[in-house]
Amino acid sequence: MYDKLWLIPFFPLLGCIINGLLGKRFIKNEKVIGAIATGAIFLSFLVSCKYLIQLLGDSVKSHEVVVASWMSVGILQVDWGFLLDPLSALMLMVVCGVGSLIHLYSIGYMHGEEGFYRFFCYMNLFAFSMLMLVLGNNALVMFVGWEGVGLCSYLLIGYYFEKQSAGDAAKKAFVMNRVGDFGFLLGLFIIFWTLGSKHDVWTVNFMEISENAHLLSGDMMLGLGVTTVATLCFFLGATGKSAQLPLYTWLPDAMEGPTPVSALIHAATMVTAGVYMIGRMNVLFAMSPTTMAVVALVGALTAIFAASIGFAQNDIKRVLAYSTVSQLGFMFIAMGVGAFTAGIFHLMTHAFFKACLFLGSGSVIHAMHHALHHAHLNDDPQDMRNMGGLRKKMPVTWATFGISCLAISGLPFFSGFFSKDEILWWAFASTRGSKLVWAIAVIAAFMTAFYMFRALYMTFHGEQRTNAKAKDHVHESPWVITLPLVVLAFLATVGGLIGIPHVLGNMLGHIPNKLEHFLAPVFEHSQRLYEIEAHGTAATEVSLMVMSVLIALAGIGVATVMYMKNPELPGKFTRKFSQLHRWVYNKWFVDEAYDVLFVNSTKKLGTFCWKGFDVKVIDGIVNGTAKVVGALSAVLRHTQTGLFQNYALTMVFGTVVMVAIFILN
Amino acid sequence: MEIIFFYLVALVAVVSGFLVIRCQSPVNSALGLVNTFFCLAIFYVMLHAPFMAAIQIMVYAGAIMVLILFVIMLLNLGTEARKSYTHGIVWSAIASLLVLCNVIYFIKRGRVTGAEGDITDFTVQSVGHVELIGKTMFTEFLLPFEIASILLLVAIVGAVVLAKKEV
Amino acid sequence: MISVYHYMTVSAILFAMGTYGVLTRRNAIVIFMCIELMLNSVNLTFIALSNHLQSMDGQIFVFFVMTVAAAEAAVGLALMIAFYRNRESIDVDNINLMKL
Repeated sequence: MYDKLWLIPFFPLLGCIINGLLGKRFIKNEKVIGAIATGAIFLSFLVSCKYLIQLLGDSVKSHEVVVASWMSVGILQVDWGFLLDPLSALMLMVVCGVGSLIHLYSIGYMHGEEGFYRFFCYMNLFAFSMLMLVLGNNALVMFVGWEGVGLCSYLLIGYYFEKQSAGDAAKKAFVMNRVGDFGFLLGLFIIFWTLGSKHDVWTVNFMEISENAHLLSGDMMLGLGVTTVATLCFFLGATGKSAQLPLYTWLPDAMEGPTPVSALIHAATMVTAGVYMIGRMNVLFAMSPTTMAVVALVGALTAIFAASIGFAQNDIKRVLAYSTVSQLGFMFIAMGVGAFTAGIFHLMTHAFFKACLFLGSGSVIHAMHHALHHAHLNDDPQDMRNMGGLRKKMPVTWATFGISCLAISGLPFFSGFFSKDEILWWAFASTRGSKLVWAIAVIAAFMTAFYMFRALYMTFHGEQRTNAKAKDHVHESPWVITLPLVVLAFLATVGGLIGIPHVLGNMLGHIPNKLEHFLAPVFEHSQRLYEIEAHGTAATEVSLMVMSVLIALAGIGVATVMYMKNPELPGKFTRKFSQLHRWVYNKWFVDEAYDVLFVNSTKKLGTFCWKGFDVKVIDGIVNGTAKVVGALSAVLRHTQTGLFQNYALTMVFGTVVMVAIFILN
Repeated sequence: MEIIFFYLVALVAVVSGFLVIRCQSPVNSALGLVNTFFCLAIFYVMLHAPFMAAIQIMVYAGAIMVLILFVIMLLNLGTEARKSYTHGIVWSAIASLLVLCNVIYFIKRGRVTGAEGDITDFTVQSVGHVELIGKTMFTEFLLPFEIASILLLVAIVGAVVLAKKEV
Repeated sequence: MISVYHYMTVSAILFAMGTYGVLTRRNAIVIFMCIELMLNSVNLTFIALSNHLQSMDGQIFVFFVMTVAAAEAAVGLALMIAFYRNRESIDVDNINLMKL
């Protein structure tokens, strides 16, 4: 029934191989390359749809398909196996669906770029890795995907590798991800070893780990429960991949990559891998209230911290990057308070509206770039201070960007509203929630509404501040760019309807929460077992909902006042709180602090290893050996006179000795 | 009587050989060498190999030595002869003395034996040396003989190529 | 009575002298002549032993040695002429290109 599951990652891999091997020399044609890449991921999307429909009609909700044995070491048996359950099916739809749209968009956006084939090769490789991550039925296959997406992220951030900043950003992303990966592996080892040595269950398979997780409840390690230590390690992995405190700094820098990359990898899919991983291991996380509290708190702090930085950024993509970090914080809040369904729900809606926002910003940048290029200007096409008033010039982009802004701010009946309110409600009312986390999240929601509308107003409204020469060359983008925008904006609008909260559903006439029902087989077990639930009256829930809508409206209102009605207000504000502005503008100097704390000392260690150890000791040994040999041969060299008589003399002596030995024997 | 004659010829051969290695002028060396060849030819006659003695004189003393002398004259090496014409005497002397000791010891110690053939001195005298050599060479050693002819051909071609002005 | 040992001793002395000449002389033509001397001493041994063992084989060998010597003379002297043409000398101390 499900045995063709391997086709889903196979198509992008095939596309990657074709474009990678043949793209440069044989295919060359941009349209063909783009069609191959987009077609590959679209085929995966079709297959995913088929299996989703099949799964919806199936009574058994979890299917494992083993394609081949990977390694069989002693009692450890690892397979190339895939797992299809509601969680992975949903992720498949997000990855393949949004991925297809972004591939299509890229054909227009990357038109005429150097290394067009390379871009699509990497994109397909990314899709393959992400699908492996999502589909893997055991932690090692997931880890292959986990590392694969990290690699593709590195390659795509450094796509413009001739730019120093892009190369640096790529390295930064890779190294910070490695820190997280270290945590992931450590967590995996702890679980594997404890389950194996103490309970004789040697496995890395997710289903088996989940089934046997209860065995770990009594085990201790370092004064904490084994599950707490292991899940904290896993969470470290998640913070690296999903850009949470303290490992978030790579994501804003990752905006050096092309905009479709930012949309696909650094907004919609890869960065949500951490959330997905926690969802996949929800049983382990549910067993440790400590870890869940840490997750929720880190998520909340990240949400508000990143949002605060978003206030003062002028680069449109950076605003969106910090917004992504902040929204990921919301997802971790959800995971931390036990609202797994809400977290995955927000993951999905966020994928829609954030991809739309990024692609919209890409469309603007594309247009700005062409206009500035046309006028031979060197202004930054990403700086919002050079934009403004683009609404008339780029109506489709404006409309979709605006809809997504409404969605991310959480206005009623847009997708973000349902997912965010669900998270806030759980943070408030869950057995694992706390009022503190809820309060922080509400403030972060207010800030989100503010800075998103700030970006919207600065880009599309008011006076056009573009250099006069380039002003009239700004045009709407072609259909390959606007079509994905429209589709994503549509999804951002209606995508939330699959997860209408019970309280609203009841009010509107028994509309069920389809998503919760769909994901229940994955999460219900642990939620029930460890008594994770949100309890409160419907009145409380509705009032909270109204409150969050009011907060969002307040954020929008403040932004409108500051950036539409009184454009001189932000300047005044900046001058009055110049010190605060300096801190926010420079991202709280976190990068500089990391430089002082970690980077410089690591560099010093590296320099020591290089100049102190490698050059002096290792090279010393190697060069010393060579010098000794050289000195010896300088002595021996004198025997090589080049005069044949010397050689003949030696030969005569040798012959005499040999004959003498022969005679004397 | 015969032994005295042998010693006399041997003395001349050794002295001539000494001239070859000690004379400063290549022409003198060459003349010494011719002398040695003649002495060896006499030895060959004493060993009942008259044909070998004949070709010794014709090929060596005649052809090869003339060739050598011709080259010496052609290159006209008079200017070079003034310089010191030897080097490394001590070590070379030790080496050659060791060779001599080795060989003399070998000769004194060993007994010369082997599968004796049926060609006695009497056979040689009755049948004729040339005929014996001819029979052996064109029956038993026919293939080496042919190969030797090819070797000579190669040498001729090689000599022509090497001595050409534009190599 | 002259035995085979007498001839072989003379041959040994001539051979050692030839060796000495090859090792000490600087003139390539003289070295060449010393080699001829060595070859002839070996020829003497061959013929002496051939006579002693009452076999024709040794003399045939001498025949081939002479052939080789003739070939060698032709090629060797041609080499010397070629070398002289390049270096204006046939001093073997100048033939040291192998050092490089």
